[in-house]
Amino acid sequence: MSSLISESEIAAAVQAAVEKHGKNHDALIPILSEVNRAFGYVPGEAIREIRKHLYDPANRTYVAEGQLYALASFYDMLSTKPRGRHVIKFCENAPCHVVGGKAIWDTLRQRLNLENGETTPDFKWTLVTTSCIGLCSVGPVILIDDDIYGNLTPEQIPDILERYE
Amino acid sequence: MAFYRSHVLVCVDPECLAKGAYEIVDALQDELVAQGLIDEIQVLETSRIGKCSEGPEMMVYPEGVHYRGMSVDDIPYLVEEHFLKGRVVERFRQEIKPVVDEELGPLRPKEVRIVLRNCGEIDPNNIEDYLAVDGYQALGKVLTEMTPEQVIEEVTNSGLRGRGGAGFPAGRKWALTRGVEGSPKYMVCNADEGDPGAFMNRRVLEGDPHSVIEGMIIGAYAVGASYGYIYCRAEYPLAVETLNIAIAQAREFGFLGKNILGTDFSFDLEVRVGAGAFVCGEETALMASIMGLRGEPRPRPPFPSVKGVWGKPTNNNNVETYANVPQIILKGASWFASMGTERSKGTKTFTVGGNVVKPGLIEVPMGITLREIIFDVAGGIKDGRNFKAVQTGGPMGGCLVEKHLDLPLDYEALTQAGSMMGSGGLVVMDETSCMVDIARFFMDFTQAESCGKCTPCRVGTRRILEILQKICDGQGAPGDIERLEDLCQEVKQNSLCGLGQGAPTPVISTLQHFRHEYEAHIYEKRCPAKVCKPLIRYEIQPSACTGCTVCARNCPVEAISGERRQVHHIDPATCIRCGICVQVCNFNAIETLS
Repeated sequence: MSSLISESEIAAAVQAAVEKHGKNHDALIPILSEVNRAFGYVPGEAIREIRKHLYDPANRTYVAEGQLYALASFYDMLSTKPRGRHVIKFCENAPCHVVGGKAIWDTLRQRLNLENGETTPDFKWTLVTTSCIGLCSVGPVILIDDDIYGNLTPEQIPDILERYE
Repeated sequence: MAFYRSHVLVCVDPECLAKGAYEIVDALQDELVAQGLIDEIQVLETSRIGKCSEGPEMMVYPEGVHYRGMSVDDIPYLVEEHFLKGRVVERFRQEIKPVVDEELGPLRPKEVRIVLRNCGEIDPNNIEDYLAVDGYQALGKVLTEMTPEQVIEEVTNSGLRGRGGAGFPAGRKWALTRGVEGSPKYMVCNADEGDPGAFMNRRVLEGDPHSVIEGMIIGAYAVGASYGYIYCRAEYPLAVETLNIAIAQAREFGFLGKNILGTDFSFDLEVRVGAGAFVCGEETALMASIMGLRGEPRPRPPFPSVKGVWGKPTNNNNVETYANVPQIILKGASWFASMGTERSKGTKTFTVGGNVVKPGLIEVPMGITLREIIFDVAGGIKDGRNFKAVQTGGPMGGCLVEKHLDLPLDYEALTQAGSMMGSGGLVVMDETSCMVDIARFFMDFTQAESCGKCTPCRVGTRRILEILQKICDGQGAPGDIERLEDLCQEVKQNSLCGLGQGAPTPVISTLQHFRHEYEAHIYEKRCPAKVCKPLIRYEIQPSACTGCTVCARNCPVEAISGERRQVHHIDPATCIRCGICVQVCNFNAIETLS
């Protein structure tokens, strides 16, 4: 997947994110989130590109690549590795666990042949666990991209996965 | 306001959204325009109406007709029939039943709703709805009739304490921030609600965002702040969207921005979205994240009141604290202080989960007992089982037992009992829960969420988890309990922030009240609650077994043998303890032993 993203695409995405959020230090997380949204992860080239944009010639200050990488690796929602076209987030917390979350997790793992954090070879799916998304009263819950599926049973999983290209 | 003969309320709860609620709203608008009814009928978005799993859902007022399950293609017909011809479309009509909101139902016994009063009652995306229920009146009163000092005095007298869990008096915090030299000053709202199973702040942000915004503006006036941030976790996309709409509308109406309500007070705020880190709920980590850094806590003092965002004085309260403020200003400190205990005033929202009959979101006066919450508000323990323990205060809180049930609920009482108020998640457990397993579950969470900055938390939580895992696996050895106790004290005393200091609490409290369960696991290789798989076995009772073969046919590893109409037998060496045989047996012939 990563080889499919051209340098110019990355440059354009970074440019757009910097224009939207500004060059201040507090824009770093929004910029990284924006890049992550565009490509599903934060490519190394994007980090170098962001660094270039945030150079302040007046004070001659750079943001270190390591600092950007530190951010991208700290926050769960940012990925430093390529992800699939669709990311399935499974809520693994207690309230979902006690209402049958494990069966959903096992079904997802078996159907996609993935373990937590893995991506299918065709880069269609990435399967990850997520922290509580607060929809505990309709658990078990999964998120596919931004779509929420609640009150899940294992039988529903094939139909739901079918909906994605 | 324009007059409409009918209002259509479309549910935009996350579950209905997943079923295309926005498409229904768009289709309704389009069709009302097409049929020339747009000036007569107003389409509104609302929170949960009923059973969203069969959504989309909508209500038509004043008729009070409830429609469910229609698709976009049905809308032209529905609009024509209902609004043009005045005929109810029976196909989609639902009997009006008491609201079935799995999160926030009708008022339950002993509930008092202050923070949740507007949730589900008003359209969160329309500021006029909030204005109609006295919204922004408190702000008007504050800006025109009160000095900042008087506002602080009122909040102090009300006895409002921080609802994020620690319970620091809100008025005192405001006075501290006001008293510090430095400019500009900032307001921060902690909307990084991360405790598993706790979602009361999400409901307030999604259902009544203006009450939080109004509380923040009043606070800003009191402390002298000019800018604010609402730090909301990225796991709550709908809350972020609702907040952004609300802020834009508040700005449009002159409640935010320069010269608010024509006075010389100016204040504006923005939403900052997290990127997935539980520790960002800790105030210093949260502020680091706002400033574009890794969300790692730092030692206090200096407290945020002195040195917060951008090194400036910063007032930080959580969603629920701010949401209480407008009501306190409008109804007075003594009204608020009339609820609760000597030390803790007002109400508190809780999410009750676990083995109770009626789980969900509740708001109760401080001073209520846990017994009243569990048995009166939440309907008691499910399936006629017995109460065993309740975890309060989230993953960093502790387990409380039968003898604590009659404590009047307040910050100090919970702390003295070995737990804490926390943000308000309550997990109720019955006799089928293994307390070692529960401790392991919580430790698994805090271990994964440790930010890694300080060693006691980073390494200590990992070591505690390893020992707990070993005990649950039946590999516990003499000395493990003592090692756990030592480690827990080390981690508790030496960690940098609340996450590490609180992480051992579930272990400490379960050790205190259920030491015998730990001992049974270690010395007798037995799990008394029959939960820990390596320590249990299944046996078929010859007297009950009819030899129907159902268990043998369903066993995934062929561990069950026996002829038809003969007593069956489970081979413990092959059995993987999946428990399927217990579920499928129609004669309750399979017993779990430990």
